Amino acid sequence: MSDVFPKDTVRCDACPVLCYIKLGQTGACDRYGNVAGQLVRLDPHIVLDRAKSQGTPLVPFLEREGEWDGSLMKSKEMFVTAIGAGTTYPDYKPAPFIVSSEVEGVDMVTVVTEGIFSYCGVKLKIDTDRHVGPERNMVRAKGEPIGHVTTAEYGSQMLSLGGVHHLTGGSKSEGRVTCETLLDLCNGKEVALTIDEGASLTVAAGRPPIVNGQREERMRVGCGSATIGMFAKQWFGKVDEVVVVDDHITGVLSEHQAGKMLGVRETGISLQGRRSTPGRYFQVAQPGTGWGGTNLSDPLAILKPFKAKAAWPHLRLLMVSTTGEHFAYYELDESLRPIERDLPEPLRESVERIRENCEPALTTVLFMAGAGGSLRAGATENPVKLTDSVKRSLTRVTAGGAPTYVWPGGGITFMVDVSRMPEKAFGYVPTPALVAPIEFTLKKSEYAALGGHMEFVRTLDEVMREKQRQRQLTSLPENPWPLKPTPKSEEEA
Amino acid sequence: MNTRATIRLLPDGRRLHLSDGPIDLIIGADGASKEARHAYQAAAHRFVTILDELCDELPLLRARATLDSPRLKGHIARRMSDAVSVYGERCFITPMAAVAGAVSEAVLVAMIEAAQLDRAYVNNGGDIALHLSPGQSYAIGMIERPEHPSLFGKFEISASVPVRGIATSGWRGRSFSLGIADAVTVLARNAAAADAAATIIANSVNLPDHPAIRRVPACEISPDSDLLDLPVTRAVGPLCTQEIFQALQTGATVAQGLQAKGWIHSAALYLQGRVLLVEPSPQLAGVELCAAIAEEANDGLARSQRNAHA
Repeated sequence: MSDVFPKDTVRCDACPVLCYIKLGQTGACDRYGNVAGQLVRLDPHIVLDRAKSQGTPLVPFLEREGEWDGSLMKSKEMFVTAIGAGTTYPDYKPAPFIVSSEVEGVDMVTVVTEGIFSYCGVKLKIDTDRHVGPERNMVRAKGEPIGHVTTAEYGSQMLSLGGVHHLTGGSKSEGRVTCETLLDLCNGKEVALTIDEGASLTVAAGRPPIVNGQREERMRVGCGSATIGMFAKQWFGKVDEVVVVDDHITGVLSEHQAGKMLGVRETGISLQGRRSTPGRYFQVAQPGTGWGGTNLSDPLAILKPFKAKAAWPHLRLLMVSTTGEHFAYYELDESLRPIERDLPEPLRESVERIRENCEPALTTVLFMAGAGGSLRAGATENPVKLTDSVKRSLTRVTAGGAPTYVWPGGGITFMVDVSRMPEKAFGYVPTPALVAPIEFTLKKSEYAALGGHMEFVRTLDEVMREKQRQRQLTSLPENPWPLKPTPKSEEEA
Repeated sequence: MNTRATIRLLPDGRRLHLSDGPIDLIIGADGASKEARHAYQAAAHRFVTILDELCDELPLLRARATLDSPRLKGHIARRMSDAVSVYGERCFITPMAAVAGAVSEAVLVAMIEAAQLDRAYVNNGGDIALHLSPGQSYAIGMIERPEHPSLFGKFEISASVPVRGIATSGWRGRSFSLGIADAVTVLARNAAAADAAATIIANSVNLPDHPAIRRVPACEISPDSDLLDLPVTRAVGPLCTQEIFQALQTGATVAQGLQAKGWIHSAALYLQGRVLLVEPSPQLAGVELCAAIAEEANDGLARSQRNAHA
């Protein structure tokens, strides 16, 4: 059927309506359109309005109500984001918006474009101590390989997803599923992943991860040994022995360096598992969803009988997990068997303190991409000068107004926390590649010096007057205002 | 499972936003908080299959409605076809003219089957299905076009008025129009009927061969448009007052005809700053007729309400 239509018509495959879209037109949803023969998402162009005062409980990115009074524009601080701005791809032409405005008496320019990134991916930090799968193993979505498990970090498992090899180097279906999954993760949607020889995960940016169907509520305060170190002083004198149960390292107060320093008396306790250093035990049980990430439902299972030489009747024993979710208090009877008792009030406080110190477990999503040739050419005739200006911090790189971290070294490879960006900031093209907003903000003088497209600079007021397709959002108060003047260059200083 | 659909609460924490492909619904439900929650769950559950159901029969839904049109399978598809069939003999219309209203209605029915609500609405880009339990009402504001949210009219619909559907059509909207109205808002017994009637009336607000109006065959803009090569309005230049009222009057005459048949309750026609109202006829305001209409025409809603009470 496609041969009936002119060559520049595209077929949109974003939903089952499968619209044929002619050049310059949009599909039935008005969200996808044919731009220069490419299927492009056309969501409204987002303009940020600076949050009134930092810390005001503003609803992030709430759509403004009512009619826009154009006359108020000058007195407001506005930032034109790249979300919905359009793109320079595939042509080498000036960025769709090059906006000048005066900020704190300095003329600033923001070059605004939607970048089309085939070199891009996401880094996922999943706050859990559960084993999600061996390092380097494949991460799959809908059965397709889309990334791998990388180095575990403190209290978290890390996944590296996407990248050019999965997007364009594998089968068509691998590329499509990778693109779809990255897009969903970046836009804050929930995604189901499986890891070869590992767990199944349900993750979404800024929400607790679900590992093998189990929702992670809290990160542990530390491993069992660290917990002993943190709380030894608070326990001293209130209890004779503490065992902090943890899947990684289980800690024992009386043997631990922290206990020794306080002069905690030897208790004749003996644990299952492998002793690493004094008071630190590995593998006291199997991994699971019980006490401290082990498979334990009864913590006494890891204790061997108390040694009569050192232990004494009425010895007070606290067992607690590294999240404080599980705890039990025992006293030894005359034959040195632990008998469970109610937790005394002073110890209850310490258990609650552990719980309090466990931060909410989240999945965080960092989008990472490299700004390539056509994108930089949209900013300047001499792309390397833009790179250089970014390296020297004379040009600020933001993504939908959110701050980015630019990797040292060559090129403009940046990372951004997608939770700090406006919702639905990302799109895709069926190449497949992700479409992400990117803005370069720098002094107008600096922009001229690096060979910027000065003839295409428009004032903020001019841009704001083109009301069509614009949507005003309030900037997130925790983000630095993207238009703050950049530092002085050496010539000026 | 449909992974395209977006299901979320709007930032106000009260309204539900459902979106899938070209379908975009804003939903509100008032009642006990537990009931409202059930209603939202039911709405989301019903919603996720709708686009696929419709796309299954898309070629037929895009074909001109005639007396011997093949029977459609899907419930929503049938509601669409029923809503337009009364017009099929007289003019070109396809079931797509009622798609937005029929979808609103289907989601609303799912909600009131699942929960006991004081009142609820499902707004599908201006095509709105309403539920009102006795004594309840909704205040409705009309705007000329979405990017210009200034009210050109306000009205209230209370439970005793036989209106459970509101629809707006015009050339500035997302769907194509053969007419030049900026907006025609229709009140009718249900959303599918309102949607189809708004399309018909907006098409008839027209000034044939006027030089200030730019028309383009629909298929030139959208190759798979259900309107084939019919000339759809793309731009309307400034018109003089007399021309404006002439165009509005043509539409109002059609609207009065539909009202006389009992197919619509009332309508507001808007063109370049001027409004013509087709007020509810005195007979339609009669309580007896209201009850009869509610029983016979509001079939989906009436049935579900009975179920809810049973």
